[in-house]
Amino acid sequence: MRKSLKAALSEPKVVLAGGFILLLLIAAVFAPWLAPKDPLEQDLMLGTLPPTGYEGTEPGYWLGTDDLGRDVLSRLIHGSRTALIVAFVAAGLAALLGTMLGLLAGWYRGWVDVVISRLVDIWMAFPPVLLSILLVAVLGSGVHSVIAAIVIIDWTRFCRVVRSETMAQAQMDYVTAAQTIGFPKARILFSEILPNVAPVIVALLSLEMGIAVIVEAILSFVGLSVSSDTPTWGGMIAQGRAIIYQGWWVLVAPLVLLFLTVLAFNQLGDGLRRALDPMMRR
Amino acid sequence: MTEPFLSITGLSAVSDRENGAPILRDVSLRLERGEVRGLVGESGAGKSTIAKALLGILPRTVRVTGGAIRFEGQDLLTLKPKQLSDIMGSEISLIPQDPQTALNPGRRVESQLTDGLRMRRGLSRQAAHDKALKLLEEVHIRDPERVLKAYPHELSGGMRQRVLIAAAFALEPKLVVADEPTTALDVTVQKQILRLIRGMQKTHGTGMIFVTHDLGVVAQICDTVTLLYAGKVIEAGPTAQVLATPKHAYTKALLAAGPRYDRPTAGLEPVPQAIFDQLRAEMGIM
Repeated sequence: MRKSLKAALSEPKVVLAGGFILLLLIAAVFAPWLAPKDPLEQDLMLGTLPPTGYEGTEPGYWLGTDDLGRDVLSRLIHGSRTALIVAFVAAGLAALLGTMLGLLAGWYRGWVDVVISRLVDIWMAFPPVLLSILLVAVLGSGVHSVIAAIVIIDWTRFCRVVRSETMAQAQMDYVTAAQTIGFPKARILFSEILPNVAPVIVALLSLEMGIAVIVEAILSFVGLSVSSDTPTWGGMIAQGRAIIYQGWWVLVAPLVLLFLTVLAFNQLGDGLRRALDPMMRR
Repeated sequence: MTEPFLSITGLSAVSDRENGAPILRDVSLRLERGEVRGLVGESGAGKSTIAKALLGILPRTVRVTGGAIRFEGQDLLTLKPKQLSDIMGSEISLIPQDPQTALNPGRRVESQLTDGLRMRRGLSRQAAHDKALKLLEEVHIRDPERVLKAYPHELSGGMRQRVLIAAAFALEPKLVVADEPTTALDVTVQKQILRLIRGMQKTHGTGMIFVTHDLGVVAQICDTVTLLYAGKVIEAGPTAQVLATPKHAYTKALLAAGPRYDRPTAGLEPVPQAIFDQLRAEMGIM
């Protein structure tokens, strides 16, 4: 375990991307103290102020204000709360559900596999964004619904990969050996096979967090995520799109942050996969 | 006549996948305590199927249609799964073909080597550790403490195969099935591993079924040999006798087909088609 940690920390991708996510996490947790202004406070006298360094700025508004005079930086910091909650909880639950079903399908084969695999096939035939909008519309808006929608849609990613990986591992002689020694099936599945599937799950999990951030942004862009008195990146993008000619920074700031966050999650996943895979570790 | 140590009588099996194509046809062989018997044949001759049947790990697609495998008076084919799993690993064990896949890449050598010792023999962690050290020394591993702490990918193929040999002999089994244990290794390592297996077998007095397609290996290690073709026993007997005075035309052709180091330019002599025709006619397959 300590060795894995050491290997992970010697991978520059992990350090850089993980460091960025850690910063974001700190920003999200301590948002009320870190944000320079109240993200909801409107001041029409200070509407569409440009970021620092441009003409006509007001001190204290580092990234400018939107058309209602709300501080963009403070809204970004508060928006990271929703983004990260959705990223961690939704991706974690999707991984849990998908991994369980994937392990069962890959290990027991037969009718269990048939049922689960057909379910995945049917699931993947739905266009995901449409399905998530539909689900949130049915479940009602709010963070819980967004999380539920992402879990319901994206467990299939984990299921497919874990299933095929489990099948590949189950063919290995060491699994046969464990069977002949007489280990119980559950123990073989969880303590022999699962650790060898884990690197793939970790990589996917990180990718999935990036996807969850995007899905949450899409849903709040169309106004189906949390209520509008909570700042979200997607909501800011929607708002910035409307006033792009008056204040481009209102659109660009959340876009850049969204881009960097998703990139960081993807790079972290890639780095962790390299670091954790015992075959790739040399 | 006393009950033999291991006897296979009239074992027949078919494949469920290929419309019930026969895989084993009425195979019989015996093994005395401490004897090494080679199972030789081409790919698909059924040698690995016999090994798997002995270990109770036949794939689901293979169905045994007749015969018996008697090991110390018990028929392995009719035993209940519980009784069978008591025998497997502790009375009968396997030296696998491919050292790459036979060790779990995610667990240290120590935990894998001591699984059986702790589960079957109820050894404490410390006692199992000591026993594992002894075993690794026995298979001539130089720095056993370091190897115990290593993950399989940190070891070379030859080292891994040594670890697997140590694991196969860990519980003092009465019968070891070696399934082409040197096929995946370099020729130079092969010879050391063969010598090691022979040495371990002698010191522990273990009976052994040695599956191979290499008659040279048979000459080095086996007391007796059974030659198979298409699931049928073609010829069997003491190794020296079979290799020196083969009775069957197929055996003769097979021996002639090996590379000749005294005439390296002569090329290889394939087994003539007429012999395959003769074999098929004898078995009644076309």
